[in-house]
Amino acid sequence: MTSESYRSVVLVKQVPDTHNVTGDVMTKDGTMNRSALPAIFNPEDRNALEMALQVRDKHGGTVTVITMGPPKAADVLRDCLYRGADRVILLTDRAFAAADTLATSYALKCAVEKSGAFDLVFCGRQAIDGDTAQVGPQVAEKLGIPQITYAESILELKGREITVQRTLDLGTEIVRCTLPCLITVVASANTPRPPSARKRIEYKLAATPLELAALLAKWPEFKTEAGLQKHLSERNQLIPIWAAADIGAEPEKIGLAGSPTQVHKINFVVLESAASKDIAPTREGIAAMIEELVKEYIVG
Amino acid sequence: MIDNFFLDNPDLQFRLEQLDLREVLELKERNYAEAGQYPTAPRHYADAKDNYRMILEVLGELCATRVAPRAAEADEEGVHFANGQVEYAKATRDAIEALRQAELFGSMLPRKYGGLFLPESVYQMMVEIVSRAESGLMTIFGLQEIASSIEEYGSEEAKQRVLPKFSRGEVSGAMILTEADAGSDLGGVQTRAVYDEAAKVWRLTGVKRFITNGNADVALVLARSEEGSHDGRGLSLFLVERDPSVKIRRIENKMGLHASPTCELQYTNTPAELIGKRRFGLLRYSMALMNGARLAVAAQALGIAEAAYREADKYSRQRIQFGKPIRELQPVARMLVAMRGEIEATRALLGETGRWVDLLKAYERAAAEGTPADPDTARERLKTTSTMSETLTPIVKYYSTEMGNRVCFQAVQIHGGVGYMREFQVERLMRDQRVTNIYEGTSQLQVVAATGKLLGHSLDPLLHAWMDLAVDSDLAGEKAALEESTGQFQKAVDHLKGQDRAVIDFYAGDLVDMAAWIICSWLILRDAQILPHKKDLFRAYLADVLPKIRVAGEVVMKSSTAVLDAKKTLLG
Repeated sequence: MTSESYRSVVLVKQVPDTHNVTGDVMTKDGTMNRSALPAIFNPEDRNALEMALQVRDKHGGTVTVITMGPPKAADVLRDCLYRGADRVILLTDRAFAAADTLATSYALKCAVEKSGAFDLVFCGRQAIDGDTAQVGPQVAEKLGIPQITYAESILELKGREITVQRTLDLGTEIVRCTLPCLITVVASANTPRPPSARKRIEYKLAATPLELAALLAKWPEFKTEAGLQKHLSERNQLIPIWAAADIGAEPEKIGLAGSPTQVHKINFVVLESAASKDIAPTREGIAAMIEELVKEYIVG
Repeated sequence: MIDNFFLDNPDLQFRLEQLDLREVLELKERNYAEAGQYPTAPRHYADAKDNYRMILEVLGELCATRVAPRAAEADEEGVHFANGQVEYAKATRDAIEALRQAELFGSMLPRKYGGLFLPESVYQMMVEIVSRAESGLMTIFGLQEIASSIEEYGSEEAKQRVLPKFSRGEVSGAMILTEADAGSDLGGVQTRAVYDEAAKVWRLTGVKRFITNGNADVALVLARSEEGSHDGRGLSLFLVERDPSVKIRRIENKMGLHASPTCELQYTNTPAELIGKRRFGLLRYSMALMNGARLAVAAQALGIAEAAYREADKYSRQRIQFGKPIRELQPVARMLVAMRGEIEATRALLGETGRWVDLLKAYERAAAEGTPADPDTARERLKTTSTMSETLTPIVKYYSTEMGNRVCFQAVQIHGGVGYMREFQVERLMRDQRVTNIYEGTSQLQVVAATGKLLGHSLDPLLHAWMDLAVDSDLAGEKAALEESTGQFQKAVDHLKGQDRAVIDFYAGDLVDMAAWIICSWLILRDAQILPHKKDLFRAYLADVLPKIRVAGEVVMKSSTAVLDAKKTLLG
């Protein structure tokens, strides 16, 4: 590693594919039937990963990816390996379950610290399931490092200083910051690279210890789980699992216990077609519509 | 809908599953000796097949999400030519970059040159997927195939120099054969190759025309190395790494494949390296090169056909006329069923051909390295696989590209008036498809090549094996009918064999049609023993082709000279 290389940590999340919500996804009590939706890589987290990989491509260094989720979230970690991540870690523990953004950011903070020294932490701006955009900023706060949200591009990275362009509603903003810092990345930042066919093959066996039995069923030549585990760990393909105790998380700060957010009530918002209005396709009709939209602060 | 051109295509997945590469891989992977050595090398047969599936999945997603959505844009922008330089459309450049990031280049090259070491049959599946997404891009992706010829016949020094660049996707390739007066008849090539004793290098001078991706960094060029010679025996093949002595004079303004540059090139004392032996340029190396390229064009035509069929299928569900989706109207349904049948038949034929070509290459390599365990068996297999490859390659090139044109024609027809408009994909697909039965050897040339083999009963081993196939009782009647047609084909072969050259050439097309229909029918019958839906496909396909086989058989058997005689009076 050269003096100009950077150690990046990327925080990613596996989310239900909310862009493909169909009728059987929403239950009567207003919660979501997660099993009816395919689990995907949160889109903006892929932009965060891409930004970290570009830093590594340009300056050298390492990219470590951490995700918190159920054992199945190992899928997104494999995807990160296929796209070029050097190291991936799965935080999974029943004690993490039902975490709101506060408890999640605490657990992630503990994991980032445990993962070793770092220069940059990248997150997607927000996840498509909760849309809160809170986790990134809260992790930065808890790590006690500066944060740059809504990052679109890294203009310069030199020594211990980074210059980033942020995209905001009314334009862009260029900020400079010292390392280490946390950056949340927007979708317009880049086009995430596709998975590499070669890495897909190279990491085809990559698995967490929880997945060894299923993997052994597919590849019986390894004979025992221990044999398979040995094969994987020798090739840096065993995805480590960290539980709450492994990252030194205080039990009252994680999971349900650590989550002050309570869902009080869920309202269904149905846009009634009765509220529609005919606009005459004339110059006057359109002008009247625009005037109304401006008055209602919808446009302008 | 799955955004993946491999995972959304059950028939292509079925073909990969059915592809029996045991014999091929046993030779090719030499007991899977590279497993510990390269991270992408398979540990055993199942592992290798699993790797192929992964490669096709990665490519399928990339093509569905990044390439296909911008196909119309690539066609609209087309290739730019200014100041003697070619520049691809933005969509094409982005697609190449994505393929490079996905590390999908160097598909067939050995691992020691950074390649994926795929069998030809799997590579052709990649070509089909790329072509379905954007058929202009296929020419750039597909021409990496010249790297395989360099690997096979080039010097070790040349291989070390250029092959890793192909594997990294840093360079693209071109096969530079055609000249203004030497198209189908390549024996007439005029570009001169002179050995420069002082510089110890060959130098090429001449003009080449209709060169697909002629702007490539690395090319194989056919030139006349033997002064005073006038035919193919005076030609040699050369490796040229483009330098300022290679001038791109112009690019063609084509009907389709707008994203693919077709160049006119001028060489002036261009340094070149001889590939293989002198005088074998056309007869051996270019033929080998073209055989690979013919399979790739067959796969290209199939990919375009798949895209066109899907467009037609989608449109026929959306378009309501007479109170119902037009697919419920019999004439439209008939076209759709025919398209689907021909596409799956072609895919089976391409898979079968690819397997024989893979076997041939594996036995050739084993023979060259002197490694066969049982030399007599190996020699026998080399002979069989060579005959099969030489028979099936022109047949699949012919059948797939003619089929592809039919399917695109029908896809436009199903769209009705809007199909003629540029807003709809089928308009572009039909334009792109049109050249597939022209370039890389016209259909007429494929017929000549196939007939030469068919008249020697080259298909007999396959036909005999298929006749012995045990089939489910509900298909026994159809099998008997197919056996009868196969008999008609054999009679036609024997009859035509005894005719004058003019008669043979005149009726060769009918014979090759018969052969293609019969082979495809047997292949689908074999599939029908495994997949239930193939039974219906088989019955539909057979119902369509059996009468055609009979008629073509009658035409051949009659060998009427009336048309031959009329040629003089009618055509002058």
